[in-house]
Amino acid sequence: MKYIVAIIQPHRLEDVKQALEAVDVNLMTVTNVLGQGRQKGHTEIYRGAKEVGGLLRKVRLDIAVNEAFVEPTIAAISQGARTEGGQVGDGKIFVLDLADCIRISSGERGGVAIG
Amino acid sequence: MNTGDTAWVLMSSVLVLGMTIPGLAFFYGGLVRRKNVLSILMQCFIIVCIISLQWVLFGYSLAFGPDTGYGIIGGLKWAGLHSVGGRPNADYAATLPHQVFMIFQAMFAIITPALIIGAFAERMKFSAFLVFTLLWATLVYDPLAHWVWGTGGWLRGLGALDFAGGIVVHVSSGVSALTLAILLGKRCGYDSRPFRPHNLPFTVLGAALLWFGWFGFNAGSALGANELAANAFVTTHVATAAAGFTWALIEWRHHGAPTVLGVVTGAVAGLVAITPACGFVNPMNAILIGVLVAVFCYLAVVWLKAKLGYDDALDAFGVHGVGGIWGTIATGLFAEKAINAAGADGLFFGNPRQLLVQVLLVVIAPIFAAAMTWILFKVVDGWIGMRVEKQDEIVGLDLTQQSESAYTVIE
Repeated sequence: MKYIVAIIQPHRLEDVKQALEAVDVNLMTVTNVLGQGRQKGHTEIYRGAKEVGGLLRKVRLDIAVNEAFVEPTIAAISQGARTEGGQVGDGKIFVLDLADCIRISSGERGGVAIG
Repeated sequence: MNTGDTAWVLMSSVLVLGMTIPGLAFFYGGLVRRKNVLSILMQCFIIVCIISLQWVLFGYSLAFGPDTGYGIIGGLKWAGLHSVGGRPNADYAATLPHQVFMIFQAMFAIITPALIIGAFAERMKFSAFLVFTLLWATLVYDPLAHWVWGTGGWLRGLGALDFAGGIVVHVSSGVSALTLAILLGKRCGYDSRPFRPHNLPFTVLGAALLWFGWFGFNAGSALGANELAANAFVTTHVATAAAGFTWALIEWRHHGAPTVLGVVTGAVAGLVAITPACGFVNPMNAILIGVLVAVFCYLAVVWLKAKLGYDDALDAFGVHGVGGIWGTIATGLFAEKAINAAGADGLFFGNPRQLLVQVLLVVIAPIFAAAMTWILFKVVDGWIGMRVEKQDEIVGLDLTQQSESAYTVIE
């Protein structure tokens, strides 16, 4: 079992979601987050006071999958989140080992509880 | 008595109330951080409560009541609205029930201390704020209103022109705001990075309501539904339009982008500057007053504040103080009797003396306001403590002063 965390551009969320559903990955948690990468944030001006390096809006997806779904999930996120030609700021995918998974309603554990 | 005049001034009173709540409350509320928005709304709202009572109990009598000699203060003859009823008072407004004039003026007494909130935002103790506000209204606003507007007031006797409150409302509150900002000190973390407004749409909404309500403030100050009200209405509108647009152009040139906060700040500066002048100047000169106030207030807010290093949190001085001073002087330049026979000609219409009187106003009023604010600060600070504890400031005034939160994050 793996735990996949993806940070993507907010406007690509719908594409990523569709790509994931196409490979039968339907469970995910989505949150609004702030962050910066190589593009180093942006500038805001309030009555002449400049704030350089303000954090950018991003969307974070948390997805738990069984081994067979790891590569299709990564491919789907990459395909959905990549802007034309690939741009700085398109985001990152992190893959972590997952020790266990418990479905709260039934008490099932491990791989059967994920899907 | 005239029913048309009465209807217009009653309606104007409602418009001026709307400037404080919801106008100013949301203008300022959007500019603070999310942990302090309720403290601003609370301060604006409760000022309406306490100053309304202060006004009918004794404030109106101190400001507009029969002079006690020397033009310094009205007495207590009209305290509790004694002899302030339906019969018009010809000294102030011969065509209105006296009570209508009184309640119209109440709305001015309310908004003036509310403007000062912009300077001490995000760090003032609520109890100290209440005491300070009540003392300030009684010992600064009421005397100043008497000097400039009251029958027998000494500045009125000199021929001072302040149509709707450039000196009495904006310079007095703006200079007091600066004094408080300096005495109170900077907000925690002010030097390390700029604080971002938590809800600019609130601020734009509030500024729009200020513009809307200001027609009552300025055109209502004609105290009748007449030609003078029409002139004040038009000059108010075009000065505001000119100032908002000019601010955007300056910012575009200076920072590469015209911000919506800039446009609304410029518009409010325009409203402030035209306030003393609106019933004395023609519309073309009103545009000029608007263009120039944007330049002066921009310099005050962006350059002077940074240079001198005071934390006037929401620019109460930079907009109301500076804008009010310019408007008062501009009245001495552009006033013409052709617009208002009861007024005077200014410098550009052959009367340099009027400019001298207006300059005297912008010297006397700031000295009085600053000195009194300094004294009141020392008294209240020694008695209650003006500033919240550092930990309370970090947590935010909504939770520590009001025990509420504006926004829920989780259900």
